Amino acid sequence: MALKSGVSFIRFKRLSHGIRLLSTHTRPEISQNGGKNADFPGVKAPYVTEMKLLNEHSYDPIPIYRVIDNNGEVIERTEEPRIDNETLLNMYKTMVQLNQMDKILYESQRQGRISFYMTNYGEEGIHVGSAAALLPQDMVFAQYRELGVLLYRGMTVTEIINQCYGNHEDPGKGRQMPVHYGSKQRNIATLSSPLATQMPQAVGAAYAFKRAPNNERCVICYFGDGAASEGDAHAAFNFAATLQCPIILFCRNNGYAISTPTSEQYRGDGIAARGPALGLHTIRVDGTDALAVYRAVERAREIAIQNKPVLIEAMSYRVGHHSTSDDSSAYRPVEEIQKWTQEENPVQKLKLYIEGKGLWNSDTEKQFAKEARDIVLRTMQQAEKKKKPHWKEMLEDVYYDMPPHLQKQMNQMEKHLKKYKEHYPLDQFQSE
Amino acid sequence: MALKSPPVLLGLLGRLSRRSFSTSKALASTPVTVRDALKQAIDEEMERDDKVFVLGEEVAQYDGAYKVTRGLWKKYGDKRVIDTPITEIGFAGIAVGAAFGGLKPICEFMTFNFSMQAIDHIINSAAKTFYMSAGAIPVPIVFRGPNGVAAGVGAQHSQCFGAWYGNCPGLKVLMPYSAEDAKGLLKAAIRDPDPVVFLEDELMYGVPFPMSDEAMSADFVLPIGKAKIERPGSHITLVCAGKATDTALQAANELAGNGIECEVINLRSIRPLDFDTIAQSVAKTHHLVTVEQGWPQSGIGAEICARVMESSAFFELDAPVWRVTGVDVPMPYTRSLEGLAVPRAPDVVAAVTAVLGNKIVEPIRQ
Ligand SMILES: Cc1ncc(C[n+]2csc(CCOP(=O)(O)OP(=O)(O)O)c2C)c(N)n1
Repeated sequence: MALKSGVSFIRFKRLSHGIRLLSTHTRPEISQNGGKNADFPGVKAPYVTEMKLLNEHSYDPIPIYRVIDNNGEVIERTEEPRIDNETLLNMYKTMVQLNQMDKILYESQRQGRISFYMTNYGEEGIHVGSAAALLPQDMVFAQYRELGVLLYRGMTVTEIINQCYGNHEDPGKGRQMPVHYGSKQRNIATLSSPLATQMPQAVGAAYAFKRAPNNERCVICYFGDGAASEGDAHAAFNFAATLQCPIILFCRNNGYAISTPTSEQYRGDGIAARGPALGLHTIRVDGTDALAVYRAVERAREIAIQNKPVLIEAMSYRVGHHSTSDDSSAYRPVEEIQKWTQEENPVQKLKLYIEGKGLWNSDTEKQFAKEARDIVLRTMQQAEKKKKPHWKEMLEDVYYDMPPHLQKQMNQMEKHLKKYKEHYPLDQFQSE
Repeated sequence: MALKSPPVLLGLLGRLSRRSFSTSKALASTPVTVRDALKQAIDEEMERDDKVFVLGEEVAQYDGAYKVTRGLWKKYGDKRVIDTPITEIGFAGIAVGAAFGGLKPICEFMTFNFSMQAIDHIINSAAKTFYMSAGAIPVPIVFRGPNGVAAGVGAQHSQCFGAWYGNCPGLKVLMPYSAEDAKGLLKAAIRDPDPVVFLEDELMYGVPFPMSDEAMSADFVLPIGKAKIERPGSHITLVCAGKATDTALQAANELAGNGIECEVINLRSIRPLDFDTIAQSVAKTHHLVTVEQGWPQSGIGAEICARVMESSAFFELDAPVWRVTGVDVPMPYTRSLEGLAVPRAPDVVAAVTAVLGNKIVEPIRQ
């Protein structure tokens, strides 16, 4: 008996804070229902005698944070981020460079020069806003539509084009489809095709960071509104919260997953609504407003680095086709796109903002756009002429140490090529 | 990223072939693409049995990532052609449950690479529930979609799962080659009371094959577990399935020019495997080469070799069996290397020449 009451005493103490909140003095309506707080292991909540049926309209939609309006004017002075001029220019220039790459590389796929491409139109604000708020030591897990993030982090136009062309200077050694970039040096995990697999993996990486003494690194993981339907997305949310990892889970909600609109992808209040439900700090932000995205990620980083995971849902619109394999006119009206290329254009908004600050004008615009275009065209011409990776690359890196059967095959191939070299286009491949 | 060829173009091809199909229906042999043959099979079976329905990513309004389900949503509506959110493990589970509930789902994977997200439902539920429920709950379901080597899509989108699924009891695994295979086998799969994994080839979708009047009819069904001799021959047996059949036939053509007659066996079905047809052929030719696009270890060819070893067919052999397979590496993206990573006709010719010349000192793994 004594023991029992002792136990209930401890339990009472643990709950005393909650019970105080619910006491007759502050919350009389609870006391009417018995004034008791449940003590289930799964949940601590008050008992009530009135059944409560919740649905998606029981809560207000999570609001969308924005800093500037469509004219690039700051709406609320106190919310204007403190970004130095050089960084602002860098952000804007990255957007312009990104647009030029998209235009030319998309075209080059149409001309059969590369096999595949995906554009980033409409999401430029997400890319530069988030990338600028991160630090170089932070680790990026991307889905595939985040080229601006990669550019901002210092991947060069040359590296990117070499990847798309799969030549011997491609940092990925010509092993992956176009747009599957990666850069260890810039802390960018190599992209992988199966959707959402990067999400739990990003949480795992964040967990590894957390274990390091005096950790000052966090992980950002980008994913689409479609990828958020994969089981891996739920696992990532849940593990980020329960393992308390330094991670920013960043949803690019651009309204479509190939042809599937978000109305068929999910019900309820979008991806952000899942955050609080799973114990994640959550922000919903206007993804067409680079400054708002910057502020959101800046804040998220401060929180995440204290091992409190954050979910950001950035609202935008996928202006381009899904990829070079898609024709989006089959499933959406052209007029729908116009709103997002005209009124809510992220590039335009940031441009107006920096113009307002006297940092940019139509001359600098013209000049930089030309530079950005020229470098892409020039690099592309060079990339095309570069040799393919050495044929041996095909057999390397399957295992850390090459197993005997691949070694044997390599030797055979070598002998074979020596004997029959005139039958193979060896001059197109990199040689030793 | 699964989509490789522009649907606009595909659409055009689809329309053209459909037109030629509808105007020349009465001709003795009509050219029909594998894509249209698959669609015909689904359409006919949906018409025949209202329990049959299709679900998967982009299968409805968008006509499927590779346009196999073109027009079916318009014809049958939301109830029977269902676009799903992007959750393979989700819609595969829904399909298995619908089969438990008495429906006959056709579950399309955008490609079989994405079936990896859903494989638990296929292996642990679809394949085993009939057994575990003591025969109370059959699972009549078809998992279908493109499998194997595609073009220019790299390591994660270009691989064969024939051996993977073929390994699992409870599943039937089919691999069509021609339009006739596609239609007859898919119809059989839909009617079958067991779960069937139906492995198509993206690179074959647009290829037209002549189809006989018989094959054009709505009653045309091929038996599951029966191989087809695509080309009779007396010197050596080539066993293959799916797109590898094309490679084997090309090699056989070339070899015929040198007086070597290959008997080409298109397996059609990986599980059950028609070993009788193989054994009979080996008894005649005394030489055997297997051709597949998948990796060598524990592959389809490896299974055939083992069955030969364990049977009297072994005593019929005049030389060791040789496998021609995909190279034992993840698929490279670069086109020049990609071409070298899968069997080509010259590889098969070289294998046949070596086996017939009894020149195999030690097997080289492709
Ligand atoms: C597991 C898996 N299933 C399907 C696909 C095919 N696929 C590639 S991208 C895509 C749409 C993803 O949409 P979303 O996540 O919203 O990103 P967005 O393209 O809009 O940026 C699909 C279905 C895939 N790559 N992986």
